[in-house]
Amino acid sequence: MNIDLKAEAITPRRHTFSHIARRFGVDKPASRYEEATYDVQPMVNFHYSPQFELYDPRRTRIVMNDWYVFRDPRQFYYASYNISRAAMQQSFDDAVNFVEKRDLIASVAPEGRDLFAAWLLPLRHVEWAANMNCQLIADWGYGTQITSAAAFCGADRLGIAQVISRIGLLLGQGTESALKEAKTQWLEADVWQPMRRLAEDQLVVHDWFELYVAQLIVLDGYIYPLATGAFDRAGAAHNGAAFSMMTSFLGDWYADNSRWTDAVIKAAAAESEANRIVLGEWFERWSVRAEEAVRPIAAMVLGAEGDAAVDAVGARLRERMVGLNALEAREMAA
Amino acid sequence: MTKPVSITLQNTQDGFAIVEAILADNPEAKSNPFPAMTKIDCPGRLEIRADSVSERLGRDWDPQEIHLSVISLSGSVDEDDGVFAIFWR
Repeated sequence: MNIDLKAEAITPRRHTFSHIARRFGVDKPASRYEEATYDVQPMVNFHYSPQFELYDPRRTRIVMNDWYVFRDPRQFYYASYNISRAAMQQSFDDAVNFVEKRDLIASVAPEGRDLFAAWLLPLRHVEWAANMNCQLIADWGYGTQITSAAAFCGADRLGIAQVISRIGLLLGQGTESALKEAKTQWLEADVWQPMRRLAEDQLVVHDWFELYVAQLIVLDGYIYPLATGAFDRAGAAHNGAAFSMMTSFLGDWYADNSRWTDAVIKAAAAESEANRIVLGEWFERWSVRAEEAVRPIAAMVLGAEGDAAVDAVGARLRERMVGLNALEAREMAA
Repeated sequence: MTKPVSITLQNTQDGFAIVEAILADNPEAKSNPFPAMTKIDCPGRLEIRADSVSERLGRDWDPQEIHLSVISLSGSVDEDDGVFAIFWR
């Protein structure tokens, strides 16, 4: 008897969910990112009183025809987000363990160590506020594409606050003394009060897209480039290579997050002239505040060169917004 | 007639992105879907570009990662940081 083995190919009748197929066509297998984000939020139910007002596009002045144009170029869904962040955490842990094992902090001049603690450690409170702001965007935002990415970003900010705390424990020789001192500085020192006021004012902004611009574009756009640029170079004068190792993740994270924020701002500005005007208005309003908040800190770290460093960072941020078509080039001169 | 080269990839998230990149970069490539895998045939030469796969995956993709997705291939291989090429000498 002969038995012929024959492979029977059974083609699936559909490759993905209907809501994904309506966007991308039935024949194309969707990626996990697409399946996890596009059109997941209900668009019909849970919208208006007397039901629950869970989802309402009118919670921001930004108006979009389709809220699913904020594609995250990193394509973060649960798995890809965690894989990426686990790698970041690993590289930070490696750097800190190295610094700890070799006791590299002992080789830094004490005034350099104090200065580093003075500008870095209070930033963990800023990061906590950033987490709250991201969660508000996740809560009040419209469309899964932006809300899920904002929730991931919020988790990032908590992680960064923890990472800064770990550096603080190291600076306090394993005790919480440096962190306590940083909190006192945050609450009482004059240099930190404009920043604290700004963080608190942002916590009560209710237009979630305005908060997006205020926190993720403007404030981050000042703090991160300063922390990983001019402040880092100032540390080098005190033999601060150990600090650069521990804070290098800040630059990596900011570059990664900027890919997402660039895409969001670009899409919102491209939608309409009205959006562009609103984005520009928010950018100007919060730039004034952010500049005012970072100037005293820059002066503390960089002395007389602080103002120039802040101006340079501000100019770069403005260029970035112009590059995304969210600001007119001519506004740069003003 | 130019002898075809081919590559067969798993139907995974990375595999889909590589297939999509190949089809976009090699106009003569034909994809043949099978259960759990996709075979691509292309006359003469086929190139997999790291930047187009990276763009589709949303992260930096190293051509060496191809080995995590490949089931089989036929042809000689030339590989550098930017391109993984399959061709006949």
